[in-house]
Amino acid sequence: MTRTLYDKLCDSHTVRKIDDNRLLLYVDLHIMNEYTSPQAFAGLHAAGRPVWRPEAHLAVVDHVNPTRAIASLDEMTDNDARLQIENLGRNCARHGIELFDLFDRRQGIEHVVVPENGFAHPGKVIACGDSHTTTYGAFGALGFGIGTSEIEHVLATQTLVYTKLRNMRVTFTGEMPPGLTAKDLVMAFIAKVGVSGAVGHAVEFAGAPVNLLSVEGRMTMCNMAVEGGARVALIAPDATVFRYLQGRPRAPKGRDWDTAKQEWASWQSDPDANFDIDIDIDVAAIAPQVSWGTSPHQTCGIDGEVPAPEHANDPMERAAQERALEYMGLEPGQPLGAIEISHAFIGSCTNSRMEDLRAAAEVLKGRKVSAGVSAIIVPGSLAVRRQAEAEGLDRVFIEAGYEWRNSGCSMCLAMNDDILDAGARCASSTNRNFEGRQGTGARTHLMSPAMVAAASVAGHLVDYREFLPGAQT
Amino acid sequence: MTPFTSVTGIAAPMPLPNIDTDVIMPKKFLKRIDREGLAQGVFHDLRFDENGNERSGFVLNRAGYRNARFIVAGRNFGCGSSREHAVWGLLQQGIRAVIAPSFAGIFFGNCEKNGLLAVELPEDKLTVLLETISDGDRAELTIDLDAQKIRPAQGAALEFDIDAGLRRNLLLGLDHIEETLQYADDIRAYEVKNGLVSEPSRGSADA
Repeated sequence: MTRTLYDKLCDSHTVRKIDDNRLLLYVDLHIMNEYTSPQAFAGLHAAGRPVWRPEAHLAVVDHVNPTRAIASLDEMTDNDARLQIENLGRNCARHGIELFDLFDRRQGIEHVVVPENGFAHPGKVIACGDSHTTTYGAFGALGFGIGTSEIEHVLATQTLVYTKLRNMRVTFTGEMPPGLTAKDLVMAFIAKVGVSGAVGHAVEFAGAPVNLLSVEGRMTMCNMAVEGGARVALIAPDATVFRYLQGRPRAPKGRDWDTAKQEWASWQSDPDANFDIDIDIDVAAIAPQVSWGTSPHQTCGIDGEVPAPEHANDPMERAAQERALEYMGLEPGQPLGAIEISHAFIGSCTNSRMEDLRAAAEVLKGRKVSAGVSAIIVPGSLAVRRQAEAEGLDRVFIEAGYEWRNSGCSMCLAMNDDILDAGARCASSTNRNFEGRQGTGARTHLMSPAMVAAASVAGHLVDYREFLPGAQT
Repeated sequence: MTPFTSVTGIAAPMPLPNIDTDVIMPKKFLKRIDREGLAQGVFHDLRFDENGNERSGFVLNRAGYRNARFIVAGRNFGCGSSREHAVWGLLQQGIRAVIAPSFAGIFFGNCEKNGLLAVELPEDKLTVLLETISDGDRAELTIDLDAQKIRPAQGAALEFDIDAGLRRNLLLGLDHIEETLQYADDIRAYEVKNGLVSEPSRGSADA
């Protein structure tokens, strides 16, 4: 029987079947952060259970930490956040779990530092108490988000009780228009299928435009696929992935490297594997994407306009659109390119890696942020920050008027002090535009980092390709 | 975990799709290391204005729905962030079940682990149910998990489907970790067979 890549990942990690629909899935690597893990450790301690296999876990501080430089936790003004960071440190020490603490050179957003340090390999199962764990699909790894009870379950048993998903393949076809990015592909996918379009499915992204993406671009796609309802996203690993991994601290070395590479190449869907849903998306027709509403599928090309809710295909969607327009302070028919912004944010596990920062810098070089726009850049990790500084990108950002910060999740979900006031309107390289996501009453427009950079200069949403060298002005 | 067998209470209509966990439990309630004090956070920005006063239009603030034990909502309920705080808060607020055409995957799993019943009800039946409970005086239901039926105080009962294993777990209120640890030998055998450990895992010395 032929199998998809997803089927193979599940089969190879099945410890045993539990019943007709459930299996016990082995977790190779479990990642934790400071805000979804405390109650899992507390549950474990209350039950007197040990951690099953401490070396199969990694913890990272990223969600609640300030991104302004501090010398010690004593400088944190948010006591609850400090307690979460200290608590993670205590829990990791107690159980012998590796921790990238706030002052570790390797600190950063979990889904940035895990790949960066070579932990994510083809064929692995990686779970984490964060919905964007789909990121690891870029390596042909089965990555998925879990809740706190499941974190406790993985700590205690190294497994999860798992119900298999159905298979969906999304094949991108055609030639990439100049300047189009991975973010635009995944946003176009979400706009096409809706935020629940892939619920219950593992999505495999395929096609030449995807295979031409860098690993960083593939991470952006798999990361944000969860906003289309996909609990799992995958891209078959290839030479691009192997090149990315070679030499990273936790990648196999020497003879192990050769063996691993050979094994990794086998993680592919069979040529005639059956997908429950198969859809094609022509990239030639896609313009840089921006969201206009309060759900990630409420998105269209920058050349488009705010839609009229009466054209929605069902009453609930119409009600949702009306509500979204009210929250966003927008009118049907308004051109997206005319929407003025007050803030710009470049960061998040979706778009904060070197490729993202280079793309933003290309737009910002020699330009200034528009008067009245506040702009910050939060690199995905301290390693990204150091590399950007080595390339002189920090100077470009600072001279353009951006604040250049340390690393963390920051204004993507605004759990720390990087939070917007009601009425602020932000061009954001993040993944969610929900009501209140970046602050109660704040309005978020999702887009790629280069699009954020261009909007911050123009003062309104704009096609960033007008700012590239050689563009007609 | 509290078992769910048959529960009677008021059902509040929230007929919107894609109600996300940021809205169910805003970020300012996520800074704890325990599971307590989350009832205040449930739908906080919808329930209260910037001065902390109740918004009269929100369903859970309206006469008839104030003590709701069920929520009836549109598709893809619980999308977005994995935060289990959303489920803890709903339970602390007194909500025992959410009825919707579909749920986001992580939220659905979080419900099961905490004994919050997530009923997947097809759109046509949901429309009937929303109509039934649109008047706060007629919004009482009994959800009978054993019989897989939603029985409005007035009107015909609606049947629903649920995975057999999930139903059993909810009816019995089982400890999921204890259940899995029955398979400890299978887990150790898997680790040895796949060369993941040199000697079988038994957990850290200091529990």
